[in-house]
Amino acid sequence: MPLRTPLYESHLAAGAKMVDFSGWEMPIHYGSQIEEHHAVRRDAGMFDVSHMCALDLSGPDARDYLRHLLANDVAKLTTPGKALYSCLLNETGGVIDDLIVYFFSPQRYRIVVNAGTAAKDIPWMRAQLAGFKAELSVRRADNDNPVAIIAAQGPDARERRSTGNDAVAMIAVQGPRGRERFWAAFPASRTATEPLGIFQAAEWKEWMIARTGYTGEDGFEITLPADDAAQAWQNLREAGIKPCGLGARDTLRLEAGMNLYGQDMDEDISPFEAGLRWTVDLKDAARNFVGKQALTAGQPRNQFAGLLLLDRGVLRAHQKVITPQGEGEITSGSFSPSLNQSIALARLPEGVAIGSEVEVEIRDKRLKARVVKPSFVRNGTPLL
Amino acid sequence: MNTPDNLKYAASHEWARLDADGTVTIGITDHAQEALGDIVFLELPAVGRVVKAGEECAVVESVKAASDIYSPVSGEVVDINQAAADAPESINTDAYANWLFRIKPAATSAAELGALLDATAYAATL
Repeated sequence: MPLRTPLYESHLAAGAKMVDFSGWEMPIHYGSQIEEHHAVRRDAGMFDVSHMCALDLSGPDARDYLRHLLANDVAKLTTPGKALYSCLLNETGGVIDDLIVYFFSPQRYRIVVNAGTAAKDIPWMRAQLAGFKAELSVRRADNDNPVAIIAAQGPDARERRSTGNDAVAMIAVQGPRGRERFWAAFPASRTATEPLGIFQAAEWKEWMIARTGYTGEDGFEITLPADDAAQAWQNLREAGIKPCGLGARDTLRLEAGMNLYGQDMDEDISPFEAGLRWTVDLKDAARNFVGKQALTAGQPRNQFAGLLLLDRGVLRAHQKVITPQGEGEITSGSFSPSLNQSIALARLPEGVAIGSEVEVEIRDKRLKARVVKPSFVRNGTPLL
Repeated sequence: MNTPDNLKYAASHEWARLDADGTVTIGITDHAQEALGDIVFLELPAVGRVVKAGEECAVVESVKAASDIYSPVSGEVVDINQAAADAPESINTDAYANWLFRIKPAATSAAELGALLDATAYAATL
């Protein structure tokens, strides 16, 4: 039986075509993924992201624990609600996952990790709890476990089911009119959420509303009790927000130059080779986070760049890139609905210049592509 | 799912139609376009290329994936649908009006055409 989010029935009612995604039965589109993509760039769309896994961390050592666990430094989070993107590294400096951590107080954080990686992240995060006074609780809901799982402290913790329904769902509302339409659906939330800066969240009722996203557009990501999800989805639809599937989510994040875990980086790739140097915080020399030693010892051989296909065709993951400095590889590629042209993210040898022309092997042909910065569209506007 | 009765079908989701001039027109089925999603690129065979039944000779790419197209009959490619190549999304609108290529059949083609599925048999595979 595939896993289903609290919004499964809502997707079927909206005419979704459902596919398997990391064991979850999720909407790929509701008719046309290109129309959904344009809705987010031009107006507002929403995604069910309840398959991503929300974890709540609390305890006197929560801050110290995260400073040990993550490559980015939560010490820079001082305003309640402020969020930080970070990699979770292994000892060799490879990326176990990428995540967002929300700060509420030095004793209380929320962490959101990827759907397909949660099963390995959680044991890893628990093992790293050794010696820290903090507790990690899984808040994700599915059809097998409609209530949250609460973990006790430490690596040998036994799981126990919550007695009430502490499970959450997550909905991402994205697009230039996303926030306006959200406020039309939930006017009482406006006072709490209008002052929010980028990458900042507020708690409203039992909801967490964050000005974050994975599309390159403005908007909110809302974490709410699983029991509220279907009604909220309905209200948002009535406010003119278009349901969008994983297909559009992928082309939107690709245009925004945002990495997808498992494609653009994995446990054998360092953040330095995945374009994520900006997320590794080495400023505090006294801070020893997992993977730091390996990261600072090695020298990256590859750079992360964008490709714009100049010939007709479609760039795809794992296609070979031929450059004067040697071979590279596409990590994510697709057709860009905003640019009406194919784009990709690629790992290329050091020394390949932005603006230079390279070749991509597609079946039996070699097609021309231009090397660009790995960010193609932001806030509805092409950057090239 | 739309499967017109006047066409023959391959299990790999191509349709074929023997026209009055003796050529065979080939495209992908409504089921195939639906499964692929938004189509954004067609790679069509060169006119004059000789293909065997079951040979890969075109590629249809949607946003989601690339899909190989196999010729249901042997023969020579005599025409390609450049209008469809210029507007690949037209296949999502009507997969039967927007064909991909035409084959002048080889001598073996009558048997190959006969071995294809009719609309009912194809619909039963979906």
